[in-house]
Amino acid sequence: MSEMDIHKLTGAYAMDALDELERARFEQHLATCEDCRAEVGELRETAALLSETVAVPPPASLRDSVLAGISQVRPLAPEVTSHPSRHADRPAARGRGWVPFLVAAAIALIVGVGAVVTQPWAPSDDVERLTAAEQVLQAPDAQEVFVDLGEAGRATLTRSKSQDRAVITTEDMVSAPSGKDYELWFIDGDEFVSAGLMPDDPDQTVVLDGSAGAAAAVGITVEPEGGSTQPTSDPIAVFDLTEAT
Amino acid sequence: MDHVRPVPDGAPEGAPSGGDPARLADLLRQAALGDEAAFAAFYDATSARAYGLALRVVRNPAHAEEVAQEAYLDAWRSSTRFDAERGSAVGWLLTIVHRKAVDRVRSVEAATSRDETWNRETAPVDHDQTAEAAHASLDAARVRGAVATLTDVQRRAVELTYFGGYTHTEVATLLDVPLGTAKTRIRDGLIRLRDLMGVAS
Repeated sequence: MSEMDIHKLTGAYAMDALDELERARFEQHLATCEDCRAEVGELRETAALLSETVAVPPPASLRDSVLAGISQVRPLAPEVTSHPSRHADRPAARGRGWVPFLVAAAIALIVGVGAVVTQPWAPSDDVERLTAAEQVLQAPDAQEVFVDLGEAGRATLTRSKSQDRAVITTEDMVSAPSGKDYELWFIDGDEFVSAGLMPDDPDQTVVLDGSAGAAAAVGITVEPEGGSTQPTSDPIAVFDLTEAT
Repeated sequence: MDHVRPVPDGAPEGAPSGGDPARLADLLRQAALGDEAAFAAFYDATSARAYGLALRVVRNPAHAEEVAQEAYLDAWRSSTRFDAERGSAVGWLLTIVHRKAVDRVRSVEAATSRDETWNRETAPVDHDQTAEAAHASLDAARVRGAVATLTDVQRRAVELTYFGGYTHTEVATLLDVPLGTAKTRIRDGLIRLRDLMGVAS
């Protein structure tokens, strides 16, 4: 997609009409484009007016459950910034900061890190994990499947049956859309077993969480932050291991 | 449809359901300080639009109620992040509602498509159906008037996107136009509505 074209996605973005990868890419663009941010704001406001035509009084039970719900949780701590004006939640360079309803990064940290990141420059306490990734990547029976996600990046899945492990290596992968995480899955027929979340990093090598030996395929889906026990969206990438070399 | 519900203080039935923008922003600011009564007033002023939007997108009343409930809880939690300089309180709320409603319809379909072959194109949405008890308001008439000035393709693209919860790629297929045309119509249509209804940042 050319830079000229991407500005035209404001309308579709404002009405949640982009698929997850397009949304991720567009948020990356929004982070650097003041004009698009202003236009998205106006178009969201406009779209919201359409709801006037479909207003329906809700059942009384909704009011009860909302009021019961809010009594049990406090509003989030405000974002503290040295520029508390309209740039208060200006996006970070890679777009992940533009998260209006980010609930708690801490939850993602506690619940989310099923997959293990390895980095070549990691300190020595990561040696064992580094070895786990290398063992798979260098295994004599290693099978590789490459998936090109276009402008959203590239990813290679390597599986070793003898190690019963799989490793995913990404290159230039766009951040997941705001409020979302990438989740990895072992797929066997219509069974999806979570293999953990992918950390938000464009270039990484991750050992999948769990037993990889029997998987027919590995998939990546976009899930609500913190991940899901079953996929809630169609995979953005599927690595078919039955055809792997 | 059950029309009996508690009438909120000072908000007669049939009044514009959005309420006064300055008052709503104020209620949200008080909610951010932990004022549950202010949030209840915010709920009363906005719930017909929030629930109606969720219902229109997800169709199933039980799902719509869950979506609206999640959205209000999110709004309560993130009320501290609301910035009146960036937009209206009701627009901010409905952005949350819409996102959750769209996530819900897509996730239901993704689950269904794993179990069986599912073709959403076989179920075109009848967008002229107004059997849902639409809340009469001056704003609604004004919005309908503005929508009526759109070209046919613009109107259908905007409605399939906002109320149908379809992606622009799916809208292109449903309307049998190239993707570039669908993108352009969605944006053109919204921009025309924006200008007609005087929405400015």
